[in-house]
Amino acid sequence: MRVGVVRFPGSNCDADAYHAVELAGAEAVYLWHEEADLHGSDAVVLPGGFAYGDYLRAGVLARFSPIMRSVAVAAGRGVPVLGICNGFQVLAEAGLLPGALLRNEGLRFVHRWVALRLEGRGTPFTAALPEGIVLRMPVAHGEGRYYDEPARLDELERGGRVVFRYIDNPNGSLRDIAGVRNEAGNVLGLMPHPERADEPLLGSADGLLLFRSLVESAAAMMGARR
Amino acid sequence: MPDFRFAVAVMPKPGILDPQGRAVEQSLGHLDVEGVHDVRVGRRVELTVQAPGEEAARAVAARLAEELFSNPLIETYALELLA
Repeated sequence: MRVGVVRFPGSNCDADAYHAVELAGAEAVYLWHEEADLHGSDAVVLPGGFAYGDYLRAGVLARFSPIMRSVAVAAGRGVPVLGICNGFQVLAEAGLLPGALLRNEGLRFVHRWVALRLEGRGTPFTAALPEGIVLRMPVAHGEGRYYDEPARLDELERGGRVVFRYIDNPNGSLRDIAGVRNEAGNVLGLMPHPERADEPLLGSADGLLLFRSLVESAAAMMGARR
Repeated sequence: MPDFRFAVAVMPKPGILDPQGRAVEQSLGHLDVEGVHDVRVGRRVELTVQAPGEEAARAVAARLAEELFSNPLIETYALELLA
C-alpha cells in the first residue's frame, strides 16, 4: 500500500506523518502541493503545520492548490484521506468535511497531551479499533475549536460521523468534537496529532493505531476483491 | 480596461464566539476606557480589479469575497467600491 503525504509550504508534520506511515508497514511518498499527481497513492495524508502561512484563514489558501484538486477527486472516488490538525482545517475549508475550525476559546495556542474517545469506527483509519477506546495524543493548535450550526451537528451525531471526542476539551470545540468524517467514511479529519504519538519513546504509541488500521483495512479490501 | 478598487470587510457572524474581540475588550481597562462593549474583530481586504465595467468588476470581487476572503459558515462580508 502506498500513502501520499502532502507537503504544502509551511507543512511541518510531514516527516512525522511519513514516519508513521512507514512504521505502520506502508510505503510513504511525499506529494508536492504544486503538482496534481498523486503518484499512485492508495491513501493521502494532509499533515499538520501552517500551509501557506495560514494567511487569511487557516487552510483556505491550501484548498486551491493543484494537489488539493486531485485529492478532492480521489476522495470522491473513495480514496482514504486523513487530515491532521492543519490538514483537518484544509479539508474543512475545501468542503470535504463539514464545519469550521475557529480560534481556540481561550485564545491561547494549546500544546499538550489530550485523551480522545473513539466513537466512530466507520472510517478505514478506525475500523480496526474497538469502539470506545481512549487514545492519548498531543494537540498543538491555535485554531481548533470545532464549529458547525446546531442542526448540522445533530445530523453529524445521528450519522455517527463524530469520530473522536475530547475527554478534556482543550479548545472549546462544540460538543467536545475532536474529529469528524465525511458521509462515505473515507475522509477523516482530527485536530490531535496521531503521527506525534507513534512510538512509546514519544510518550504514547496510540496514534500509530490509526495508521495500522488504514493498512489493515486496505489489506482486507484487497482480500475481498480477490 | 479600467481599474476598480474594492474593499471587502469580513466579520464573524453574529452569535459566533469571537475570542479576539473579547480579549480586546478585556484589555480596555488598561487604557482607562469605560463604557465600551460588543467588540468584534474582523479583517479588511482591498483589491483592484481590471474589468470592462463596474458590474463585471464587482462580480469578480464578490466571487472572491465569497469563496476566498470569507467562510460563509462563520463569517459575513460587505463589499464596497472605493474608486
